[in-house]
Amino acid sequence: MPYSIHGPEAKTGGRGAKMRGAEIWYLKEILKGMYITARHLVTNIFHMSEMPTLQYPDEKPNYGPWLRSRHRLMKREDGSPRCVACQMCSTVCPADCIDIVAMADDRNDVEKRPKSFDIDLLRCVYCAMCVEACPCDAIRMDTGIFEIAADSREKFVVDLDFLLNNTTDGVKS
Amino acid sequence: MADLGWTLAKIGFMLAFVMGLLGVMIWGERKGSAFIQDRIGPNRASLGGVIRLGGLIHPLADVLKLIFKEDLIPAGVNRFFFALAPFLVMVIPLCTFAILPFGDALYLGDKVIPLRIANLDVGILYLLAITSLSVYGIVLAGWASNNKYTFLGGIRATAQMISYELNMGLAVLALFLVYGSTRVDAMVVEQGQLLWGFLPRWGVVLQPLGFIIFLVSVFAEANRTPFDLAEGESELVAGYHLEYSSLKFALFYMAEYASMIIAAGFIASLYFGGWQIPWMDTATLREHSGISLTVILSLGVAFNFLFAALLWRRFERERGLLGDRRELEPLILGVIFFLLGLLCLGFLLLASPWQLGAQGAANFATVVQVGSFIVKTLFFSWLFIWVRWTLPRFRYDQLMKLGWKIMLPLGLLNFFVTAAVVLLSHS
Repeated sequence: MPYSIHGPEAKTGGRGAKMRGAEIWYLKEILKGMYITARHLVTNIFHMSEMPTLQYPDEKPNYGPWLRSRHRLMKREDGSPRCVACQMCSTVCPADCIDIVAMADDRNDVEKRPKSFDIDLLRCVYCAMCVEACPCDAIRMDTGIFEIAADSREKFVVDLDFLLNNTTDGVKS
Repeated sequence: MADLGWTLAKIGFMLAFVMGLLGVMIWGERKGSAFIQDRIGPNRASLGGVIRLGGLIHPLADVLKLIFKEDLIPAGVNRFFFALAPFLVMVIPLCTFAILPFGDALYLGDKVIPLRIANLDVGILYLLAITSLSVYGIVLAGWASNNKYTFLGGIRATAQMISYELNMGLAVLALFLVYGSTRVDAMVVEQGQLLWGFLPRWGVVLQPLGFIIFLVSVFAEANRTPFDLAEGESELVAGYHLEYSSLKFALFYMAEYASMIIAAGFIASLYFGGWQIPWMDTATLREHSGISLTVILSLGVAFNFLFAALLWRRFERERGLLGDRRELEPLILGVIFFLLGLLCLGFLLLASPWQLGAQGAANFATVVQVGSFIVKTLFFSWLFIWVRWTLPRFRYDQLMKLGWKIMLPLGLLNFFVTAAVVLLSHS
């Protein structure tokens, strides 16, 4: 049997793949198709604002509360970092992107604090396991900032100051 | 000398028309396809960060980008023909515009300036001759590029054009019989009459089958979807212009649209009355020119003020939404529309358009008829875009089957039936 892309059992309304009568001209089908495209065109011209397109840099998408975005470090009431440099996050991190250097803290209720807290955002896989691991809710990933760009690799390594001053600005209400 | 000046002026008008419409066509293609597919389409390019015109700046940006790109010439190409091909592709379709009448005539006192560039007795045969040349550019581009994909594209274009030229010729031959002339301007004049007193004697009324054959053939001649096998990107990368870059590619790109505009002009002239307005011949237009001009100006006032008001409302509503200078665009456009409205109002009140003199009436009729031609051409240009975003591409064997086994017999049938009817009605 000669090869046919339709095959003998193709679903063509029981007529086989052969076109009959007026179908050979394609005319009716062409007019039907052109009616459909014209309908879309006219509807979209008069209802531009209802189109599903998001005008991205002008409009931001709403990803909901579970978006894992750029990290931030929380502060105590006196402004010092909540982090106690326990290394739990850097231990659990699958991408090994957190680098903490601890130092002694002279306050009574806190023994350690981070001397430096660097995150390499290029290595980070945004899994939020550091957030899960943190015993004192010091690191969160709720800034809502997901557009992370810089013009050199070094600038992607963010430090303690940067992380402490991160806010939840990017979150869309 | 004066005649030469007028001819140059007409050539200038036609070139400006085609080139201006070209940018609009590219915009229409991108924006129209976007709307058909429920997208928004290009709207980012702007003049000074303010004027965006819904994407109309994009063709400008495209051309600028292509001009400044590197002009790559691959190793192993035939450099002369490689450079020649884009010019052939662009120039040959532009030549066909010479016989297209875009208006009746300009009556300046005793002087009558017919609104077509060349006065050729062979008329439409010139069109057939020139369009059959236009395949040379594509074949040369495909062959000179020394690339198997471009070569295949060129071969496909040749076979397709030769097959469909025949059908186009047959459709046009039937028109010769009906109108008894090979001249396009004579055909357009004929189409101004009425059939049985109420139907315009348009080509599409007298030759419906011929019209469909001509339309399909013209789509194939312009290498346009559903017949754009020569550049089938799914199997031939980009077809015959694969190796071209920079301004040479821009020429191919523009030539596609130029040949579409010209095809649209010929469809309008041969089958839809060209510059004729149905049920209104030149004498009627002149007789009622004063009242028509008044109505047109009043509508101009109303619509310009309406647009200005709508744009002002939009400016008020969207203020602060974007947070940059783009918000000023509706304001600027609104002011322009307001000034246009004032201009129309000024003409209406001060120039008393209802008292047009004989010269004014003649000029008004000419301008309206040129406008009619432009509107028809615009519609058929849009038809090319509309069809492209509706229909899928033909397979090559289907294309040949449609051309030789369906179109050709139908074209012959149409020709013989027309000939018989014309013979019977004349004897």
